[in-house]
Amino acid sequence: MDLANFLIQLLNSVQYGLLLFMLAAGLTLIFGIMGVVNLAHGSFYMLGAYMAWSLSTLTGSLTLAIVMGAVLSVAFGLALEWLLFRHFYKRDHLDQVLLTFGLIYIFEEVRSILWGDDVHGVTIPDVLSASLPLTDNLSYPVYRLFMSGVCIALALGLYFMISKTRLGMKIRAGAFNRDMAESLGINIKLIHAVVFALGVGLAAVAGMIAAPVASVYPNMGSQVLIMCFVVVVIGGIGSVRGALISALLVGLVDTFGKVLLPSMAGMLVYMLMAAVLLWKPEGLFKQ
Amino acid sequence: MSSAKANLEILPRGVQVALGLGLIALVAFPFVGTDFYTQMVTRMMIMAIFAMSLDLLQGVSGLVSLGHAAYFGLAGYALAFLTPAGEPVSLWWTLPLAVLASGLAALIIGFFVVRTHGIYFIMVTMAFAQMVFYLFFDNKALGGSDGLYINFKPSAAIFGWTPFDLDSKLTLYYFTLGALLLVYAFLRRLLWSPFGRTLAGIRVNEHRMRAMGFGTFGYKLSAFTLAGALAGLAGYLWGTQTGYINPELMGFHMSAHAIMMVILGGMGNFAGAIVGAFAFEYLLHVFKDLPTLGSVNLGKHWQLWMGLFIVLLVVFAPRGILGLVEKFTQRKNKAEAGHE
Repeated sequence: MDLANFLIQLLNSVQYGLLLFMLAAGLTLIFGIMGVVNLAHGSFYMLGAYMAWSLSTLTGSLTLAIVMGAVLSVAFGLALEWLLFRHFYKRDHLDQVLLTFGLIYIFEEVRSILWGDDVHGVTIPDVLSASLPLTDNLSYPVYRLFMSGVCIALALGLYFMISKTRLGMKIRAGAFNRDMAESLGINIKLIHAVVFALGVGLAAVAGMIAAPVASVYPNMGSQVLIMCFVVVVIGGIGSVRGALISALLVGLVDTFGKVLLPSMAGMLVYMLMAAVLLWKPEGLFKQ
Repeated sequence: MSSAKANLEILPRGVQVALGLGLIALVAFPFVGTDFYTQMVTRMMIMAIFAMSLDLLQGVSGLVSLGHAAYFGLAGYALAFLTPAGEPVSLWWTLPLAVLASGLAALIIGFFVVRTHGIYFIMVTMAFAQMVFYLFFDNKALGGSDGLYINFKPSAAIFGWTPFDLDSKLTLYYFTLGALLLVYAFLRRLLWSPFGRTLAGIRVNEHRMRAMGFGTFGYKLSAFTLAGALAGLAGYLWGTQTGYINPELMGFHMSAHAIMMVILGGMGNFAGAIVGAFAFEYLLHVFKDLPTLGSVNLGKHWQLWMGLFIVLLVVFAPRGILGLVEKFTQRKNKAEAGHE
């Protein structure tokens, strides 16, 4: 593998890792703070991708579609939390698994009724459709760099929100000791709703920005969900920092695995997870 | 997290009688049912074995595995690999070998997953099952995404003498029923054995069990291995009945269906798993068979109905059918007490 090729794979793996982080961050926050295992998290990614497709064909602009989609998905998250999830925070994990599995079926079928079962492509906006030439015949698409940029911006925003703002302080207080936070006058129900909607929004935005690269197809949520599980298990549940590092690690192993060991590529990530489990059963950054 | 800890282990007399009647109905069914329904009930019984094997983990030991279908599928694949293209293969060594293969896979994967607890266990079992899924899905040599055909049903011949012939749908039905009863009897015995009591103890309070000197890792790993092997038995029967095996059978939808069956019936007593498997498979059949109303084919959207059903069930009746029976009898008792 020469340098240019290596660079392309490296950029791809970082981009994939950052995308996984967007999903895993929501998943790990929702678990860490509310104690809910959410199998339907992949469905939010899928819904995001489909929204990007239909809104961008409707409005003619992907940027506008992403903004509208983000607002819609946050609203959707709030509604879902209010209707179902808030009643399941204290229930058994088994009930949560079943609830969210049922939701996967519902979301998949609603998607099939609304948008059909075909594979769709989303066009990249003209501004971002160029490629950066690396050598004579190798180049790197600007859109992928843009994706990584968006993910980094959102990751920084998330970090700033959680560690520097008043809202973030309340979220951390709620995660640390729910009852104590509540008795100090923090509206913990509101905090939960916000965190849940934030998770849904992050997953949907990930789906929306990934849509032009990954295309839009049925069941696209399940595969990404399992990758997110691996990321969260390696990183340690509840740790956003762990999710970031482990997402980048998984992106690296998966991307280079596909190039160097194509026959084993599907399994390498899971072997990484097995190794981490042997070494640290609670993940690398268990809080 | 306490709701799942107290199981209905001793079946009320009424439920016992109902189970006995159900057994009589199962024995008599092929004489009254059509071929189609006989095959459907065969499949239900296979799923019941699968669900019981999961109940050993989920209901008895409190280990929620979201990857149990991997062991189900592996035994089916083992049968597919062992069956030559041109002739049937003997039941007598392929069945134990396939069950052993599933058990071995469960032992290896269990070695990693049993270290984890709660939510980690759910995610890790699912991830490892997905690893097995991709192993078969990505490799053309292992059948790839299309899966493999099993051209011949295993033969029961011993030195030229054939006690029964699984090619006959009726024989396969009774063979499966026999397997179902054996597995049920075995697991009920196991439930009340010291091993079963230890597993139940681990479900209720693992720390206390360790403090009392039980090596819970070994117990959990044994349960995981045994459950995997029994799932393999179900998978072998599935392969025998349908004549094909594909990666979808190891997917997480299949695992979630098994969880659903155990929940639907009621956890921790194996009878519930059987009831749940029958109920779930029947519901699936009903939902997929819904008529077309106007221009809308209701059956095509079976996932929507199943999804709604699951959500409603978990919101309103989280302890399943047997749980509802229990609730109603309690309510009746309370009402009677109130009259005095």
